[in-house]
Amino acid sequence: MSQQVAVPESTREPILARTWRQPGGFWGWFQNVHHTAIGVRFMVTAFIFFLLGGVLAAIMRWQLATPEHGVIGPDLYNQIFTVHGSTMIFLFAVPMMFQGFGVYLVPLICGTRNIAFPRLNAFSYYVYLVGGLLLWAGLLLRTGADAGWFAYVPLSGPEFTPGKRSDFWAQMITFTEVSALGVAVSIATTILRYRAPGMTLNRMPLILWEKLVISMAVIFAMPAVMVVSYMLLMDRTINTQFFNPAVGGDVLLYQHLFWFFGHPEVYIIFLPGTAIASTVIPVFCRRHIFGYVPIVTSVVATGILGFGVWVHHMFATGLPQMSESFFTAATLMIVIPTAVQFYCWMATIWHGRLQLMLPMLWMFGFFFVFLIGGLSGVMLASVPLNWQVHDTFFVVAHFHYVLIGGALFPMFAGLYFWIPKITGRMMNTLLGKVHFWLFFAGFNITFFTMHFLGLRGMPRRVYTYGPEMHWEGLNLLASSGVLLMATGVIVFIVNFFHSKSRGRLAGPNPWGAGSLEWAVSSPPPAYNFLELPTVNGREPLWDALPNQPVVTGLRDDIPEVLVTNSLDSEPQHRDELPPASIWPFLAAIAVSVAFIWSIFSPWGVAYGAIPVAATLLGWLWPRGHSPSPRVPEEV
Amino acid sequence: MKQAGERPVLDVSGLPSVAFGRSNTSWLGNVFYMLIEGTMFALLFASYFYLRTRSSSWPPFQSPPYAVYGIANALLFAFSLIPARLAQRVAPSGDRQKIRLALLGLGAFAVANLVLRGFELTSLNCRWYENAYGSILWSLVGLHTGHLITELVETMSLAGVSFTRSMEGTRLADVAINSDYWYFVVVTAFLMDVIVYGTTRFL
Ligand code: HEM
Repeated sequence: MSQQVAVPESTREPILARTWRQPGGFWGWFQNVHHTAIGVRFMVTAFIFFLLGGVLAAIMRWQLATPEHGVIGPDLYNQIFTVHGSTMIFLFAVPMMFQGFGVYLVPLICGTRNIAFPRLNAFSYYVYLVGGLLLWAGLLLRTGADAGWFAYVPLSGPEFTPGKRSDFWAQMITFTEVSALGVAVSIATTILRYRAPGMTLNRMPLILWEKLVISMAVIFAMPAVMVVSYMLLMDRTINTQFFNPAVGGDVLLYQHLFWFFGHPEVYIIFLPGTAIASTVIPVFCRRHIFGYVPIVTSVVATGILGFGVWVHHMFATGLPQMSESFFTAATLMIVIPTAVQFYCWMATIWHGRLQLMLPMLWMFGFFFVFLIGGLSGVMLASVPLNWQVHDTFFVVAHFHYVLIGGALFPMFAGLYFWIPKITGRMMNTLLGKVHFWLFFAGFNITFFTMHFLGLRGMPRRVYTYGPEMHWEGLNLLASSGVLLMATGVIVFIVNFFHSKSRGRLAGPNPWGAGSLEWAVSSPPPAYNFLELPTVNGREPLWDALPNQPVVTGLRDDIPEVLVTNSLDSEPQHRDELPPASIWPFLAAIAVSVAFIWSIFSPWGVAYGAIPVAATLLGWLWPRGHSPSPRVPEEV
Repeated sequence: MKQAGERPVLDVSGLPSVAFGRSNTSWLGNVFYMLIEGTMFALLFASYFYLRTRSSSWPPFQSPPYAVYGIANALLFAFSLIPARLAQRVAPSGDRQKIRLALLGLGAFAVANLVLRGFELTSLNCRWYENAYGSILWSLVGLHTGHLITELVETMSLAGVSFTRSMEGTRLADVAINSDYWYFVVVTAFLMDVIVYGTTRFL
């Protein structure tokens, strides 16, 4: 069924390799603009932040393991849960699931040679990195953000949080959102312009649909959090009065703006997980996905509902309730589109020939965990119970089921699935299974137990509790699960490094999958495709004709890609991409200096703008002439 | 489609290497950025009206911004559309001299707009730290001024390129896209004027 699209032997190979080669060495690292390199960086960095966030979680659980435990005090506990939540949401979940997988995979799945706006894309990586380091520098200097991951005013405002704590948080947000926006623009443009001929909208792989919808959600949602974090910052640094009720400000303005972003954010975290499911399941069931059109419809509906939920809350329920039941409401609203997707996945499994390989194992973990998260969500939605468990560990348990089920389990499925593409070698199956069972067991021990703690009234965000509460048994149990999870993750890391050097060679298509990234060698060469493919169906490799045509006529001596139109991907013109460059890195440094400076003095923005402008000029200024200037007639 | 060896091929060598208008990738990227920034403006506008509901009088016990500079600047913005449109029109021809003139003209307008904007800032009749009204008004004008400066830098650097032989191919398309962005700056300026000078008087 599967068939190779690229023609192997060719004399063009060395020329293409030279044209697309990225500079090596230390300085070369900062000049690289190829999407495979940047995508891997996003993934590795986000994974490291996941580990760091996990260390904080472990410290919290260590502190809570026994009553009146003295590991950390209340102030540090506040900083730690805030930085844990912010790290997991802003520095891990979105950068891993959207930016990491998206940047690495989208151009390959589109069948093109690089992402659109490769320099913007590289820039986005560096600002994300700086934003993450900033939040953590604050924590390590013992001035970590401590007002919770959504930093509500007035608690986070100038009156109740003097010092620089909330400013670190607010600027971290700015950095990560600038990054997500840049990547969203690159990914959406790649999907709408660089798809292989024949990959019409109606044949577009589901993962591309989902990346497109997420990009649009990012484009409309992230500006809100940038606006609001800037208002907070200005209230704190130059004495604007947005949130000061004494002079016409209003704290609710903060909540309105924050949740305008916060609701779509849940889907931005959650949709990539379903994208991975829709990609992995058909491969291990050896059949096309069941219900392509319903899935696409649900994905688009989910993206739109993300904003709809906000409207609903603004006008129907009012704000105060909403912050409590945030994740619940968010989960409930997408019950129908999610149920449709679940149904289609089940039907695919039912009608296919299931192969329970590692990625599929994690998929089943995802089904199970997410289902429980959904059930506890339904429980939370019932008002009497909600009063009972409001702001208790029941809520903590619930949203970890949703977030870990919706993001972490699919992430591991995706990693086991695509790491052979990235490194060229297979992961060890036995170690992978050990990882799965350790993590799955540990996760349920920790978080299922938290439901009962919540029902017994243990509030969240407290640093300790007295022995008279009789919570110690359950707490100790919950904390012990963390050990299993941590061991599981260590097994994964060992497995990764072991397989990277000694794993079985993967070859181009170890799983016999149908999308275009599997048509190229593993890891992909610098130019991705020797010959750009054309596409004949929703699973390009499965549906290819015996002699599926390839694209010729692109120049090999300059980095050129083929531009097709959005709807039916008809070839339109050829497009030259910019070469590797140090300027995106320098621009990111300049922007970072301006942002961080602005925490300490409003003049930072003014003076900082000068190097920013200079580096942008360097970025945009053409270097040399194109080997053959394009004449107007050709234009 | 013709035959090369046994495998049919889709030969794209005859396609143009530069495109103007909607099929250009930078055009699309520019549209996305206009959506992002348009959303920011929209959210600030919404915040403005939200804060309006929190005060009994508007502007709260002070006089509205002095409108003369604002109106003058709005007129200037309207006329600046001429060089912007011109740049867009001549860009596909590749005529460097005409492009240069149009861009320098647009740049001159942007500088003049910026100077008048300076006067606007002195006549808002409020300070950003006095109350929420002042904060949101200054933020609106500030956000727009940021866009104006960005656009000035961009126009002048393109004008700079137009003195060199590099003003060819994609750069020509960039000139046309730069004008699109200028339209965006002008439209948001008008909207902002309606709020800053209109609603503070008549709402
Ligand atoms: C992997 C093991 C994890 C453990 C053991 C863990 C544990 C915890 C604990 C103990 C709290 C604080 C409870 C409190 O005192 O209020 C917490 C809060 C939180 N966690 Fe996790 N967590 C884990 C992973 C994650 C992941 C993967 C995410 C997101 C993708 C996440 C997101 C959050 C958020 C948003 C908060 C709320 C922070 C706040 O109250 O502001 N966690 N977690």
